[in-house]
Amino acid sequence: MSLKAVPDTKPAMGHERNPGFPLDLDWVERTVMNRSALERRAASFSARRSVKKHWQAAWLLKAITLIDLTTLNSDDTDGRVERLCAKARHPVRDDILEALGAEGLGIKPGAVCVYHNFVATAVRALRGTNIPVAAVSTSFPHGLTPLNIRLQEIEASVKAGAREIDIVIERGQVLTGDWQALYDEVKQMRAACGEAHIKTILGTGELATLTNVAKASLVCMLAGADFIKTSTGKEKVNANLPTSLAMVRMIREFHDETGIEIGYKPAGGISTAKDALTYMILMKEELGTHWLQPHLFRFGASSLLTDIERQLEHNATGRYAADYRQPMV
Amino acid sequence: MNEITQTFETLDYGLAPESPDLAKAWLDSHKRKFGHFIGGGFTKPGKTFATSDPSNDEKLAEISHGTQKDVDAAVTAARDALPGWQALSGFERARYLYAIARLIQKDSRLFAVVETMDNGKPIRETRDADVPLAARHFYHHAGWAQHMGREFPGMSAYGVCGQIIPWNFPLLMLAWKIAPALAAGNTVVLKPAEFTPLSALLFAETCMKAGLPHGVVNIVTGEGDTGAMIVNHPGIDKIAFTGSTEVGKIIRKATAGTGKGLSLELGGKSPYIVFDDADMDSAIEGLVDAIWFNQGQVCCAGSRLFVQESIADKFIKRLKRRMNKLVVGDPLDKSIDVGALVAPVQVKRISEMLADGAKQGGTFFESSCSLPNKGCFMRPTLITDVSPSHPLVQEEIFGPVLVAMTFRTPDEAVALANNTRYGLAATVWSENLNLALDIAPQLKAGVVWVNCSNQFDAAVGFGGYRESGFGREGGAEGMRAYLKPDFEKKLKAAPEPTPAAPLDGYEISGIDQTAKMYVGGKQARGDSGYARPVIGAKGQMLGEVADGNRKDIRNAVEAARKALGWANKTAHLRSQILYFLGENLGYRKKEFAERISHMTGASAARARTEVDASIERLFAFAGWADKFDGAVHNPPMRAIATAMVEPLGVIGIVAPSEAPLLAAVSMLAPAVAMGNCVVLVPSEVHPLSMTDFYQVLETSDVPGGVVNVVTGASDDLARVLADHDGVDALWYSGNQGTSTTVEAASTGNLKQTWTARGRAFDWYDADNLEGRYFLDRATQIKNIWVPYGA
Repeated sequence: MSLKAVPDTKPAMGHERNPGFPLDLDWVERTVMNRSALERRAASFSARRSVKKHWQAAWLLKAITLIDLTTLNSDDTDGRVERLCAKARHPVRDDILEALGAEGLGIKPGAVCVYHNFVATAVRALRGTNIPVAAVSTSFPHGLTPLNIRLQEIEASVKAGAREIDIVIERGQVLTGDWQALYDEVKQMRAACGEAHIKTILGTGELATLTNVAKASLVCMLAGADFIKTSTGKEKVNANLPTSLAMVRMIREFHDETGIEIGYKPAGGISTAKDALTYMILMKEELGTHWLQPHLFRFGASSLLTDIERQLEHNATGRYAADYRQPMV
Repeated sequence: MNEITQTFETLDYGLAPESPDLAKAWLDSHKRKFGHFIGGGFTKPGKTFATSDPSNDEKLAEISHGTQKDVDAAVTAARDALPGWQALSGFERARYLYAIARLIQKDSRLFAVVETMDNGKPIRETRDADVPLAARHFYHHAGWAQHMGREFPGMSAYGVCGQIIPWNFPLLMLAWKIAPALAAGNTVVLKPAEFTPLSALLFAETCMKAGLPHGVVNIVTGEGDTGAMIVNHPGIDKIAFTGSTEVGKIIRKATAGTGKGLSLELGGKSPYIVFDDADMDSAIEGLVDAIWFNQGQVCCAGSRLFVQESIADKFIKRLKRRMNKLVVGDPLDKSIDVGALVAPVQVKRISEMLADGAKQGGTFFESSCSLPNKGCFMRPTLITDVSPSHPLVQEEIFGPVLVAMTFRTPDEAVALANNTRYGLAATVWSENLNLALDIAPQLKAGVVWVNCSNQFDAAVGFGGYRESGFGREGGAEGMRAYLKPDFEKKLKAAPEPTPAAPLDGYEISGIDQTAKMYVGGKQARGDSGYARPVIGAKGQMLGEVADGNRKDIRNAVEAARKALGWANKTAHLRSQILYFLGENLGYRKKEFAERISHMTGASAARARTEVDASIERLFAFAGWADKFDGAVHNPPMRAIATAMVEPLGVIGIVAPSEAPLLAAVSMLAPAVAMGNCVVLVPSEVHPLSMTDFYQVLETSDVPGGVVNVVTGASDDLARVLADHDGVDALWYSGNQGTSTTVEAASTGNLKQTWTARGRAFDWYDADNLEGRYFLDRATQIKNIWVPYGA
């Protein structure tokens, strides 16, 4: 592999955006993932590492900054999106933050993620917070409309103020091994995003094998993805640890070869503080602490925040909390 | 800034220690001083030694040093308990094993903490591996206790088993020893290692809670001398040992000729092979399981890494990165990967070994991890730029040290992997099952892990090839190690052979008859140039045979080793050839019968019976060749665990004086049927049946070298075979004295021995000798683990 774009050593300041690389089909071809081995490793994270007491509180506060607070339902309305944004502005009760001595950290979620039709609402509701709005795009969740329409959708969302675009890939291109088509489409989508960051949703639950997941991850990164993301939340199988391991290892290999840091976003089904910690452990063990930053790691989640807030309250008071006492998302 | 906001920046794991309080309370309840567990209760502590926590050098308890009196008392208790234990039904024994399994689970956290404190291994491992696997072993064997009578007909328990276990998996090895022994109906005297006696003493309480009849399990603590007392105790029927090859050889010597059953699970230097099409990151993670599990203090640790040259640079780079992520620290902390070594003496031994080895070259890389200020800690280490001639590549280090080399082709990988005196385990990584399943059978190892490493389960046999020992633990194959055939118990002493006094001159036709030897498919003159007279029953001179010596054995073994490809022929072909041997012997029935009559003085009818029985025996093993096969086990994971039946290699067979044709054929046929090559020493007094037999071999398409016949003085030749490291097993059918000698001499390469020890086998006993008696002894079981998943 000779895709050395930048030196291994990172410049101290700033994050270099993925410029995209030519499609290297040899690399794609020799990529393999052994499911059983990945499952064993995935099961070991929570057995090998434990985060307790004040460390847990710190990690959970960090976890909040990594959440793409999300609502993606067909019955979403402006009111629903405004409520979500209000929670984003104020993700943890003040008394809890004060008890933890964390009020100065300025804890805010990584982004608010909505359908295109609510981008403007969300941008308005978040004004002054610097919380970016992410829009799911390209005929989410299936991605099966004419390409020009999908590209227009991206452009419209960017124009409406979305700073992050979560696109979906055509799963069929992976299942048929049409890497060139996948690469070409993602590359055009990336161009359509312009300055907005592009997260490529693989729909891993529909890609059948972890080797397919790994190959699709690589093709998306070569095409210029800023993030690779597991799921729309609408597939039968959402984010899980073995899939995450396959994707994260491809991010590591991509970084080894190109020096470019790609973000990772598991989405769907991550609803407990414990789950969030396990994912963070996975990132720290496989990619390093550096990757536990909002520009390199996000959870796609909605109910997760409530559980984290509950755990933080327990950490602050020593008493178990009830979810109905946390302001709802 | 408070600690939360600080950690918010650093995202450290922090401390997550498991509390030692309950374990300490348990130690306090014994006033931190233990006696032995004999006859259902603890004895008063005698002279004691200390056991310590190697992570902080704190003394944990005083342990009694077992004396001869203690061992005698334990053996007596075990002996007294035997009739009662054996009188129970399988179901009743199963209930006790089940109760023990349940109790281990109920006390699992206490067992885990005690084990971690005494041994230094991470609490994660004791919690997730040692203790659950121990419980699983008792569950599994509860089933065997109940089904034993049906599944192992004609077999019964040895009696009192002496069991000596190592310090690397104290509770798990105890379970591996005690569960099958009890299931089979034995009683036991077990000695835990001196560094790690505590979990065994806690287990003694489990036995009490389970209401196990007194004396069924006895635990005597002590050091090596206590172990020797157990090994040498005349009241013990079987020894099971797990530990170093060095001590294993001493035990083999000590038990030689005693008739004690013996199973040895010894050292290793297991290869870990990574092909260029492997999932590289997973293979690296597998190495963490292979060599840094339990600080590398694992007999089957994947300690010799072989990476295909084309991916070696990248692999080693990634491996080093992974090593730098390993956390070494307080074993009770739940966030560490590598704990403490068992004792200061081990750290010293390994450090010295590495320092010595460094003089021979090699590039040493240590994990950049930090080490605690005190305690027995070592950094995970990788040694590159070494070759098979380097001492650190050859010798077992038994610590967190990996040596790495490269290979070019699958054949070279196999050759490098097998270039060791050990043969415990091996690992193969490749996404190509064609390749992996081609390599696995070629590896000389009792366990082969494909795309995984260090997987264990009670249903899957574990044990070594070569100097890694013999006998299996786990599964049906493990049960057999605790059972012996009933018919052996009824054997009487064999009469000494009494050759007739020679008369003068040839008796038959006057044509000179000097049988040559048969080596590599050709008739071969003896090296010495001397011949031995063959005297018939009436004292008549029947002819002469070559007087074989060491060099003839050397040549025969060489020929046999060259013919080892016999094992790769199809079972069907081996079967066909054995049938053909029987057929061709049938054509010459009359001639062979006359020969037997002349040599032994047997009546014509009796001699015909012997030839008929020999033909029948050849047919029997022709029939077995494609049926004595393996199994697919059921470990609790998504994997195929295949138990393959493999030949031992070269088997030396020294036939008895009686039944000169039938006895030799009875041993030859099962050996050859299972793919072994044989060096046969025929009856010393009546050798001509088997020298005649090589003409039958020649006409029956038996490939050259598969069967070699060396005539001469049986006991002398048996000793030469026993001393030969190219002989993998030796069956000696003769007197007690030479049986003892050859068993003691077998330690050179730890060849597996079967000896008659002066007992008279009834070679006509088809019930017992046409079955698995010799088939078991002609084979060893290799378990191949293949996890799968699309």
